[in-house]
Amino acid sequence: MTLATRPTPLVDNWNKPFWAACAEGKLVLQRCKATGKCFFPPAPVSPFTGRPDWEWITASGRGTLWSFVVFHQSYFPGMRDELPYPVVMVKLEEGPYLLTNIEGLEPEALKIGMRMAVRFPGGPEGFVLPQFGPEA
Amino acid sequence: MPPDPQSPAIHLPWPLRDKVAFVGIGTTRYGNFPETDSYGLGCEALNAALDDAGLTPAEIDGLIVNRIPSYERFAEMMGINPQYCLLTETPGRFSGVSLALAAQAIATGAAKTIALVYGNNGRSVRMLYGGGDSQWSPWGMTSPGAIHAMMWQRHMHDFGTKHGDLGEVSVAFRHHATLNPVAVMHGKPITLEDHATARPICEPLKLLDYCLINDGAVAWIMTSAERAKDLKRPPVLLSGYARQDCFAYGSAPADDYWYPTLSACRSVYDRAGIGREDIQGLGIYDNFTPTVMFSLEGLGFCKQGESGEFVKGGTLRLGAGRWPTNTSGGHLSDSYMQGWGIIAECVRQLRGDCGARQIPDAKVMQYICATHIAQSLILRRADA
Repeated sequence: MTLATRPTPLVDNWNKPFWAACAEGKLVLQRCKATGKCFFPPAPVSPFTGRPDWEWITASGRGTLWSFVVFHQSYFPGMRDELPYPVVMVKLEEGPYLLTNIEGLEPEALKIGMRMAVRFPGGPEGFVLPQFGPEA
Repeated sequence: MPPDPQSPAIHLPWPLRDKVAFVGIGTTRYGNFPETDSYGLGCEALNAALDDAGLTPAEIDGLIVNRIPSYERFAEMMGINPQYCLLTETPGRFSGVSLALAAQAIATGAAKTIALVYGNNGRSVRMLYGGGDSQWSPWGMTSPGAIHAMMWQRHMHDFGTKHGDLGEVSVAFRHHATLNPVAVMHGKPITLEDHATARPICEPLKLLDYCLINDGAVAWIMTSAERAKDLKRPPVLLSGYARQDCFAYGSAPADDYWYPTLSACRSVYDRAGIGREDIQGLGIYDNFTPTVMFSLEGLGFCKQGESGEFVKGGTLRLGAGRWPTNTSGGHLSDSYMQGWGIIAECVRQLRGDCGARQIPDAKVMQYICATHIAQSLILRRADA
């Protein structure tokens, strides 16, 4: 199994800083200045005010497992070797959800509500994909 | 944030109650038809609906098409030159949205008689509902089925429901398909054991939690309740429609099971002037078995978290339970017509057209669709 053959992220003007930070091993989020709340995916405006009044912050990289699934069906040629693979839905401490995968953890050990932390083991060329494992 | 179900804007008097009627219904055969396409199938369904209503294309002055690539080409093919024309978005939630748009157009005089035509050749073109580039594809997250799998996993954690609870839904709808000679899964009954041991697709969901993918088309013809009286078939009235959208989920699975927005749609009863106990049967958008559970909870058929107990013992099964649901077999076992076929079945039930799968003396039917655009509508027989 390798992250090198994963589908390449769709980069746009709003998420470019997110991917640049991932490449440096940092998880960043946009934070609405008016409400102090974070949001994801990256966007031109805060969904809490509709205004372009936000800033990038470095997230804690910690969260809890909200739910998870295990794919048996192949949708991406570059992930065929990973089947069956889990996708986890992590609620970050800052509020937003990420759909991501696990690293350093067996799928059998997944337990909803468990604490998880980000890590950056690799990705398709030019990118590093955040993955989640047990909190250190 | 999702809207507060206690104070939704839609708790207002509904001026369209019983103003608009279904007067023609047409469906094609369902299966794999590489010799035609969504245009060919759409024409076939519309001709069936025109025959059903006793109308000609020249009498259609409004046209809404869905999953047919071009309204312009379709109108050209059928020789329809309307005063109101529209192509709606492809997700299944747009069957109900299209219906509401047609009702609004008729009520405001934008058109008198509207043909709504859905055509899908997803089977023969090997349509894959998943893959491609999207927000989450680098993590392998894709497909509507996976979204519902994620939600059901959490539902089991929150409320103690089980994967086996979903089997009651699959088995009931498959039973209905055995009573419906044109259903794709006609003649192929299943058991709870079959559901439990089916091939996993995206766990916790398995094959029999997923809808079919097949070719086919559905057409409805709608007009004013007044004009409907002069047409061939007994009119079926749109008594109530309620809708509440929520797009605040951050492109992730809905972490509230759409409960607030579906709860807001309970206003459909007030809008229709019809209580839940006056309803004989249901049509529920069943792209995956969990949506049926979310719909039943959201609309208040049972308390949140209790859908597993609620459906046990054949509650949704014709001849066995109080709430016969998706009597054609639904998306799981009849045909994946994205709500269009389920609404057509509700109309047919109210006209007494359903033969072996007829709900005795069906007077009122309710349709529910659980998505980011939560909707419910109530249809009734004009003479009921």
